[in-house]
Order: sequence, then structure tokens, then C-alpha cells
Amino acid sequence: MLLEIDNLGVTFTTGDGEVNAVNGVSFGIDRQETLAIVGESGSGKSQTAFAAMGLLAKNGRATGSVKYQGKELLGLTPRQLNKIRAEEIAMIFQDPMTSLNPYLRVSDQMAEVLTLHKGLSKKAAVDESVKMLDAVRIPDARNRVNMYPHEFSGGMRQRVMIAMALLCRPNLLIADEPTTALDVTVQAQIMKLLGEIRQEFGTAIILITHDLGIVAEFCDRTLVMYGGQIMEDGPTDGLFAAPAHPYTLGLLSAVPRLDRDDVDLATIAGEPPDMSRLPKGCPFTPRCAFRLEQCPTVRPPLDPFEPGRRRACHAPLEEVRSGAPQGRPPAKPLVEAQP
Amino acid sequence: MFSYILRRLAVAVPTLLILVVFSFVLMFAAPGGPFNSERPLPPQIMQNIEARYGLDQPYWKQMVDYVVNVVTRFDFGPSFQYRDRSVNDIIRQGFPVTLTYGLWSALVAVIVGVALGVVAAIRQNSWVDYSAVGISIGAQALPNFVMGPILVLVFTLWLGWLPGGGWRGGQWEYVILPVIALSTSYMASIARITRSSMLEVLNSNFIRTAMAKGLPMRRVILRHALKPALLPVLSYLGPAIVGMITGSVVVDVIFSTGGIGQFFVNSAFNRDYAVIMGITILVGALTIGFNLLVDILYAWIDPKIRY
Repeated sequence: MLLEIDNLGVTFTTGDGEVNAVNGVSFGIDRQETLAIVGESGSGKSQTAFAAMGLLAKNGRATGSVKYQGKELLGLTPRQLNKIRAEEIAMIFQDPMTSLNPYLRVSDQMAEVLTLHKGLSKKAAVDESVKMLDAVRIPDARNRVNMYPHEFSGGMRQRVMIAMALLCRPNLLIADEPTTALDVTVQAQIMKLLGEIRQEFGTAIILITHDLGIVAEFCDRTLVMYGGQIMEDGPTDGLFAAPAHPYTLGLLSAVPRLDRDDVDLATIAGEPPDMSRLPKGCPFTPRCAFRLEQCPTVRPPLDPFEPGRRRACHAPLEEVRSGAPQGRPPAKPLVEAQP
Repeated sequence: MFSYILRRLAVAVPTLLILVVFSFVLMFAAPGGPFNSERPLPPQIMQNIEARYGLDQPYWKQMVDYVVNVVTRFDFGPSFQYRDRSVNDIIRQGFPVTLTYGLWSALVAVIVGVALGVVAAIRQNSWVDYSAVGISIGAQALPNFVMGPILVLVFTLWLGWLPGGGWRGGQWEYVILPVIALSTSYMASIARITRSSMLEVLNSNFIRTAMAKGLPMRRVILRHALKPALLPVLSYLGPAIVGMITGSVVVDVIFSTGGIGQFFVNSAFNRDYAVIMGITILVGALTIGFNLLVDILYAWIDPKIRY
């Protein structure tokens, strides 16, 4: 395993009390693998990645274990973490417009990674940066490297971010919603680029997204998160073809279909959970049509049920696979009484 | 950029003219004159005096003469109060004093203020932060007419380290107390502005990127966060530096430095039109100059601003 996360928890201390953004998440990723983490906003997918990189906000605290090549990352000193960051694990972010420093030239922002981590001279570092900008298909990289971020378009900026992340040839690239802020044609280009990078550099990629279309095309494995917990994971093809968790089922049926205009867009009834007051059991319970008696109080374990696949659900697998509860009426969404 | 500076300088000229006209109108609109006293002078003498200073001319003529003299000969005319000195003499004598302690004050205020603000922001909600904020609030709340006497009490009367007043051509021991008295409240403002803007910058996405690149915190702060965090400080500094180098009456009076601030206030009481005008124009020109400097520095820091 390249990266192995075990029982990871992330808690934020806020004025309104503790918010549990991630609750006992365990998974791993192999070399050169692509793993998608899917979930709606607030499902804890980004915080999982931030915790692994030691990038949590000041009021956040991570528990559990994150091992990179067998080495525990949680609890490392900043100096030790800085050796891992960029060199071993690099990260790109959602909003390329604000993720580059607007006050520094691209050359400075890229070169400092190499002068710092690889001890290159400024000139050699800039040369290397230009090569990497070429590799992410930025035209006229030799000249553009001297520009400021605002002189690039959104898609180009994300390319710069990717190039910057790859400078030290990391083994793992975490891409946090890399295409969310971009328009559709540019999204496709960036995803194509990430695919090529994976081929060319052999980088393992964790793709954090809520865009199922991207996941289906791009990732070997998919992990579905809800309420800071893993609902289901497994090979992308199998998971998409036969979802084994009611939430995955809902997500997949909520994908708009362009080939059918006679069906209304399906939605998952109910509200996303309040992360400061999660139920003891499965966080999806109030919205789940397959709800059973023990669901609100007993957290279902994430158990393997097929080779390479795990799910956390009390409802029988056949029932979920069939798309509706059998021999009982579907449960109505529970709406929490407004205080 | 260069043409921008030229344009700004070109605009400065009419701005100063408007300043002159405005000050003139206000001065003459106020009742009384420089030679009114409790015991009125005999009319003949009054007439002679007014003729000597050109006060018998119509207002517009006085104004035009004044502007012509200033522009062509850089001559601000004679003082109405100090019969043997011209305004130029007064400025030449007082302004270097004010400039000296003003620039030192500006330097101290910026260095200490920024350092305090940055440290407080990095250690947000720790005792370092609380004491930095506490010091700033204290320094801002303490007026310099209280600060001055306290400094004299402590450093002159109790410890005997520094002279309690005078100037002696700006020897360092005479400069220190005025600089402390003048700079503290500016320093406090700068510290608070720096702290809040630094906190905002540290929360921005590009700082997270810099952290993800494995840069040491020191480098993240100095190279990535400091420049943008200083932008609000810079806008504050333009007028603040002018305020400092044109002096403070309180400092001039308490420490008997002979700076220009004292002359300015006295001239207003004495209706010394020439000195008021001279110093007003000086302050106006300095304000325009420093605001221009701030704009240029702004463009240098923020590449998105190009003129």
C-alpha cells in the first residue's frame, strides 16, 4: 500500500461545539492506482485529504492513523511533514483562481519547490519548471513562466497547479475537486491531462469530486462518503453497475440523463446531515428508503461482501440491488423538527 | 507607469492651486486680522502696516500676488508675527527638525507595528497575541500629551538617561523621546491593521497551496503572506507619514523641539496668514507626494494593478 488510512477521524472545535467532519474512515491506495472519493459537500471527503497532508485548519484535530509507505504521518513535526509534502504527496485544489499566489510570478512559485526540496539553483529550477509546463501542454511556456497568475485563464491556471504539484515527481497526487470551478470543455481537457500524467509519471491519484461522470471514466476504484463515513467502496465499474448501498443508489439515479427527457431528474429526499449532531448509527438513516429499526442507533460496519467491495448498510444486499425495499413499504424521509 | 506618474504630478498642480484658493477664502472669511488687538492701533499706523503687507489690496489681488511669488520665486513672503523673519526662514528652521523626528517615528512605527501585527496573527489567540493586542490598544488609547510627560518623568527625572527637551541640532539623545511619543499611536494602528489583514491572508487558498508545497512556515509568511498583508498598511501609511513628518504640536511643545507643528498652531492663533499658507502648502504638497508614492508601491506589490 502506498497510502493507508485507518479509522481516521477529524474534529473541529467551533463556537457551536464539536463538529465531526470525518468519522472512522479506513481505506488504502496502491501505487499508480486512481481512487475516487465521491460525496456531496460536507461529506468529509476534502477534510480526509487535508488531514492526511496535515493541512487541517487550526481548530481541526485528526485521530486514527495515516500511513505513507508504512510511515505514520499524523503527529509528524512540521519539518518532517514538509519532506513528505510535494516530494511524496502533492495536492491540487478546487479553485485555480485563488490557489496560486496572485502576488508572485509563476516562475517564482514553481521554482521555490525545486530549490527547497531538490536544492536546485534558481536557474535550473526555472528550467525544470518550464519543462513541466510544457508537459502539461501550456503553450509558449518559456515566456509564460514569467507571468503572473492573473494573466492565465482558469484552465491554464489549473494546468500550472498540476505542473507545480508534479515538480518533485510525487508518488501520490491528491486532486481536490480539480475541475469544479472550470467550464465543461476545460474540465474534459484537465481530466485528459490527469490521465496522461498518470500514464507518463506513474503517479497514483486520489480524485475528490462530486462529479460521477468524471469518476466513471477516470478512476479504478471509487469510495462513496456520506456524513464523514464511507458508505461503500469498490472497483468503479462494479460499483456503478450494481450499487450496494442505498446512498450510492440515490446518487447514481440523481445523475441527469441527456438521452431521456421524459423522466424527471431524481433527487435524494431530505437534507444533508448536521455534522455537529450526527446520529449514533448510519448518518444516511433519515433519508434512507431502506431504513430498518437498528439503523439510527447501530452504525453498520464497513464489511466486504464481494472481492474488492465493501459496504456499510444494514439492509439486505438483494433488497438494495433490486432498487426498492421488498415486502415492506419504502420508508419516508424523516424531517427533523425545526427548533 | 512613467506616464502615470507624470499625469499624477500634472494633477497635483491644480490640486495645490485649489488648496491655496480655499485656504485664502477661509482665512479672509474668518473675522479679525493679524493686527487687530485689544487696544486698536491708530488708523494711520494700521493703514501703513496693511500697506506694507499688501492687506489693503483686494483679496483676489493678494491671492494672485501670493501665488505668483510662490511659483516664480518660491517665496512665501514675510511672517506677520515675527517681524524679522520670512516664512521661508521659519520653514527652513522648523521643518528639518520635524522631518527628522517624523521620519524616525515613521520607521519605528512601521517596523515595530508590522512585527507586532505579524507575530500576533501567527500566534492567534495565544498569550503572544493577547499581549500584542493589549499593547496596541493601550498605546492607541494613551494620548501623546499624557505619554510625553510620562516619558520625561521616567527617562529624565527618574532614570536621568535622556534630556527632557531641546533639540541641539538633532543629536540622537534629543530625538529618542519625541520619536517614542509620536510613534506609539501610529505603531499601534499599524500593528492592528497588520494583524487583521495577515489573519485574512493566512486563511486564503494560496497560503494553503504554499503549505501543501512543503514550504517552511517562515517562508510561507515572509514570501507568500507578507506582501498582500501589507497592502492595507500601505494605504494607511500615506497620510500617516505626512502626519508624522509635518509634526505634532504636542511633541513640539512638550519637548521644546522647535518643530514646525508649533509654528502652525501659533500662526493660526496669531492670524499669521503667510505662515498658515506656507505650512498648508507644504503639508498639501507632501500629502500629494506621499499618496503618489503609496500608489506606486501598491502597483509594485500587486501585479494586477497596472497604470
